[in-house]
Amino acid sequence: MSQDFIRRMPEVSGGFAKTRSLGEIIHLDFLLVSIISIIILFGLVVLNSAIGQQQELFINQLTRIGIAVVVMFLLAQFPPHFYLRLAPWFYAGAILLLVLIYPFGFEVNGSKRWLRIPGLIGFQPSELMKLALPLMLAWYLNDRHLPPGGKQIGLCLLMILIPVLLIANQPDLGTAVIIAFSGFLVLLLAGMSWRLVIAAGGAILAMAPLLWFTIRDYQRQRILTLIDPERDPLGAGWNIIQSTTAIGSGGWTGKGLFQGTQSHLNFLPESATDFIIAVLAEEFGFIGVMILLVLYALLTLRGILISLNAQDTFGRLVSGTVTFTFFVYVFVNIGMVSGILPVVGIPLPLMAYRCR
Amino acid sequence: MAAPQFIKDHQGESQVYVERAGIGAGILLILLSVLIFRMAYLQLFLHEDFVTKSDKNRIQFQPRAPVRGLIFDRQGVLIADNATSHDLTVTPERVESLEALLLNLESYVQISGEQKQAFYKRIKRKSRPFEKIPLLFQLGEEDIARIEANRMRLPGVSVEAQLVRRYPFGSLLAHAVGSVRRINDKDSLVIDKSTYAATDHIGKLGVERFYEASLLGAVGYDRVEVNAMGRITQVIESVAPEPGENLELFLDTSLQAVARDALGDRRGAVVAIDPNNGGILAMLSNPSYDPNLFIEGISFADYAALRDSPDLPLFNRALQGQYQPGSTIKPFLGLVGLSTGRVTPELTIDDPGWFKLANNERLYRDWNWSKTGTGGHGRVNLQKAIYRSCNVYFYQLALDLGIDLIHDQLSLFGFGRVTITDLPEARAGLLPSRTWMQENRKKQWFPGDTVNIAIGQGDLLVTPLQLATAATMMANRGVWHRPRMVSNRDFSSFEDDFKPEFKHVSGSAWDHIIDSMEMVVHRGNRRLGENGVAWSHIGRGISYRMAGKSGTAQVIGIKQGEEYEESEIAERQRKHAWFIAFAPVENPRIALAVIVENGGGGSEFAAPVARQVIDHYLLKSDRSVDVGAHRLSAGLQ
Repeated sequence: MSQDFIRRMPEVSGGFAKTRSLGEIIHLDFLLVSIISIIILFGLVVLNSAIGQQQELFINQLTRIGIAVVVMFLLAQFPPHFYLRLAPWFYAGAILLLVLIYPFGFEVNGSKRWLRIPGLIGFQPSELMKLALPLMLAWYLNDRHLPPGGKQIGLCLLMILIPVLLIANQPDLGTAVIIAFSGFLVLLLAGMSWRLVIAAGGAILAMAPLLWFTIRDYQRQRILTLIDPERDPLGAGWNIIQSTTAIGSGGWTGKGLFQGTQSHLNFLPESATDFIIAVLAEEFGFIGVMILLVLYALLTLRGILISLNAQDTFGRLVSGTVTFTFFVYVFVNIGMVSGILPVVGIPLPLMAYRCR
Repeated sequence: MAAPQFIKDHQGESQVYVERAGIGAGILLILLSVLIFRMAYLQLFLHEDFVTKSDKNRIQFQPRAPVRGLIFDRQGVLIADNATSHDLTVTPERVESLEALLLNLESYVQISGEQKQAFYKRIKRKSRPFEKIPLLFQLGEEDIARIEANRMRLPGVSVEAQLVRRYPFGSLLAHAVGSVRRINDKDSLVIDKSTYAATDHIGKLGVERFYEASLLGAVGYDRVEVNAMGRITQVIESVAPEPGENLELFLDTSLQAVARDALGDRRGAVVAIDPNNGGILAMLSNPSYDPNLFIEGISFADYAALRDSPDLPLFNRALQGQYQPGSTIKPFLGLVGLSTGRVTPELTIDDPGWFKLANNERLYRDWNWSKTGTGGHGRVNLQKAIYRSCNVYFYQLALDLGIDLIHDQLSLFGFGRVTITDLPEARAGLLPSRTWMQENRKKQWFPGDTVNIAIGQGDLLVTPLQLATAATMMANRGVWHRPRMVSNRDFSSFEDDFKPEFKHVSGSAWDHIIDSMEMVVHRGNRRLGENGVAWSHIGRGISYRMAGKSGTAQVIGIKQGEEYEESEIAERQRKHAWFIAFAPVENPRIALAVIVENGGGGSEFAAPVARQVIDHYLLKSDRSVDVGAHRLSAGLQ
C-alpha cells in the first residue's frame, strides 16, 4: 500500500501543483514528499524495534522503500493525460488478472489472492485494482456532465461491482470493502446526490443482518471478538487483548525504544506488519502516537489541498479519492489494533512491513 | 434518476468538489478525533491497568524449593537424606491434547491408570501458568534416555531433576522418624501456598511432621521475565532459598537394628530412653514398612497389601499400641504402697495362689495357681512380690490403696497422658479413675476393678513409650526428663502442666523397689520359687546390674475355673509379653520397654530382647551400623 500511495500522489501533484518552483522541476510536491519522508523514517525506527533489529528484514524494507522512491520519481515525470488515456486499459488488465487467479492463482491460508509470474515474485491483482478502479471511474466521469446522472451512476456501480465481487470471492472481504469504498468515494466526490448516498447507506445497513449469515465463520468470530475479546482470550481474542495491552501500557511517553515488553517478548502478534502501531504506542507512548496521527493528518490535508488545485475532473477525483482512501486505511488499521474495529488485514500505510 | 442537463461547467464542478472535499475533510476530522480519544482512553485513562496486565504477562515468580533439612542419628549417621529424583513432567500449555500426548508417551514409558488419574488431579490443582506438572516419578536411567532421545516428538514433556527425601534405612526407622508424602488435595487446603510454592512434599508422620516448619526451610524465588511462549528471557531478581535446619536425633540406628533383629519376625515394639535427658534411643515397631514407597504416592495394590496385612505393619505400636501393662505395673504400685505408708518392706502376706474379695465368689488367681492347689508363693513380702511377681500381694495392696490414690500416684509416672514432646501421633493410654468409670461406662467403681489394676489388667492401658517413660522415671528416682526425639533443639520453653513431683517418696523407698527389680534379673541359683522370674532367661553371664520387671498381659479373659495350655489357643490369642528394664542400676544410661505381641510370658520372651538391646548399648563400644546392608534391605541402590 505504501508504495502504491507514493507512486500516485506525486504524479497527481507534480502534474497540477504549480505553486512551487522546485516541485515544478522534478514534478513533485516538496511538502508532501517531506511529510512522507518523516513518516517513513519514523516507521523505520519503529520497524527496526518491531523486527528485533534483524538486519536482513530491515534491508528488505529499505530496498522496497528505495524502489518505491524511484518509481514515484519516474511516474511523476508523465503528464496527467497519459494516465487518463491509460486508465481503461489498466482497469481491463487488472480485471483480467483477477479472473486469471481462478485457474492460475495459488492458495494461502484458505484463500486465493495471489498470482505468480514465472521467474518473478508473486503479487496480488487486488492491489492493482486499488489503483485501477478510481482511475477508471475518474476517466469515465471526466468527460461526462457532473453531477453524474442515473445512467452514469449505474455504469459506475457496475464497474465497481465486477472487481469487488471477484475479490470478495477470493475471499478477501477487507480489500473488497475498501475497494468498493474507494469506488463510491469517486462518485461521492463527483457530486452524486445526497439522497442517493443516504439511500445507498440505508440499503447497506438493511442488508447488514443478511451479511451476517453470508460471511464466513472466522469473520463472524472477529466481529464477536471485537465486542468481547475475553470470550476467547487465548484464541481469537488474543491479538486484541495483547495489542490493547501494549498500547495501554505505553502511557504518556512509552517504555522507550526497544523496551516494549509486549512486542519483544512476542506477546504481540504481527508486530512488524498489521500491528506495528501497537509497537509504536508501547515504546513511544501517547505522545508518539499523536505525532504520527498529526503527520498523517498533515499528509491528508496536503493531499486534499493538492486535489483542490487540480485542473480537471480526472485529476481532482483521482487525487481526492486516493487521499481519502489513504486516511481510511490509517483509521481502519489503528481502529482495529486499538480494538474499536474488527480485525481485518489492512496494514498501516508507510509504516508496516510487508512480509509476504 | 435523471441528472440535470447542462453543458460541462468546469467552475461548477470544481465548486461541487470543494464542497464534497470539505465534507470529507470534516468526516476525516471526526475519525481522527475518534482515534485520538481511543488512544487517550487506553494510554492515559487505563494506563495503570494495562501496565499491570503487561507485567502480569511478562513477569513470573518462579519459586525455588528449599532443600529439606537432613536428619542424623546420635552417631551422625544420615537417616533422612535428599536424593535426586528424575521426574517426567508435562507443561499443559505446550500440549495440544493431553490424551494424545499420554498415548504417545506410553510407547516410551509405562504409565498406569492410577498415575494418569493423579496426573489429571495435579493439573487441576496447578497454580501457575506454564507450571510443569509431574506425571511419573523417579524415572530409571533407561526411561530417561528414551524420553530424551524422543524429545522432539514429545512437545511439552521434560525430565526434571529434583531433590526428594530418601530414607536409606527404609523400614527400620519408619515408625521412629516418620516420613514425608507428596502434598495432596487435603494438605493444600491447609498449608500456606506461598511457603510451599516450590515444595511438593510435606512431613506427614513422626519427627518429619513435628519438625516440618524447621526442616522445610524458606522458599526462594526468581522473578523472571518470560515471553509469550513461557520461555525465560531474563532473571530480574533472585532470592536463594534457605535450606531447612538439620535435625540430630537421640536415636541410635545400630540399637534400633539390634532391637529389630532381637524381635525377628515377631510383632512387637521396643522403646529405649536415655534417662539422663529423656532422649529416645530406640523406637521400634515391628513389622514395619518402607517409607520410601509413600513419598510419591504408593500404588493402590501396595497400599492395600500393607493395610490389610494382619500384622498391621502401618500401625505404630510403640506410640499408639495401647496394651494392658500386666505385672510391669507392680514396681510402681509397690512404690506407691511404700511412699504412702500402706506397706512396709517388712510386711508379709500369705499367698495361697488365689485371692477372693469379701462377699464375692470370683477367684482372682496368681500366675502360678493350679487346680491341684499346689500354687502360691507362700510368705511374701514386697521384695518377693516383685521378683517373683506375686499377684496376691498386689491384689491386697491395691485394695488397701484404693483407686483414687492409685490413679493420682500412677499419673505421676506419665500414665494416662501423652508426655513425649515431638511425636504428635503418640496416644495417651488409659489410667482409669472413679470419674472415668462414671463418665464412660456409666458404672460405679467396684473393688474388683481395683484388683484388676493391681496386676496391670482391667481398664488400665499403656503404650510401650509410656512404659519406657515410667521405667526411666524409676531409673531416675523421680527426676523428670521429658521424652523427646531430637537433641539439637531447645525445649526449655516447652510448657505443659505435667511436672511430676516425688518429694513424698523417700530415698529408701526408691532403693527398695529398685533393689527388688534388680532381683528380678539377678537373684538366681536358689531353689525353685526363690529366683528372680527373669533370672533364668537373662540373669546369667550379665556383666552389669540391670533392674527389670516382666509382665504378661492377657489377650482373652480366662473363664472361672478353667485352665489352659499355651499351645492350645490360637497364636493371636496368646498373652502379650512385656519387659521393662534399666541399666546400669547404679548409674542408669538406658531404660526401656519391650512388648512381644502374643509372645507368651514376659520373662521368657520379652526379657531376652531387652537384654540384647541393653548389652549392645552398654557393652559395644563400636556401635557403627552397616548402612550398606540396610540400604539393600530397604531396596535402594
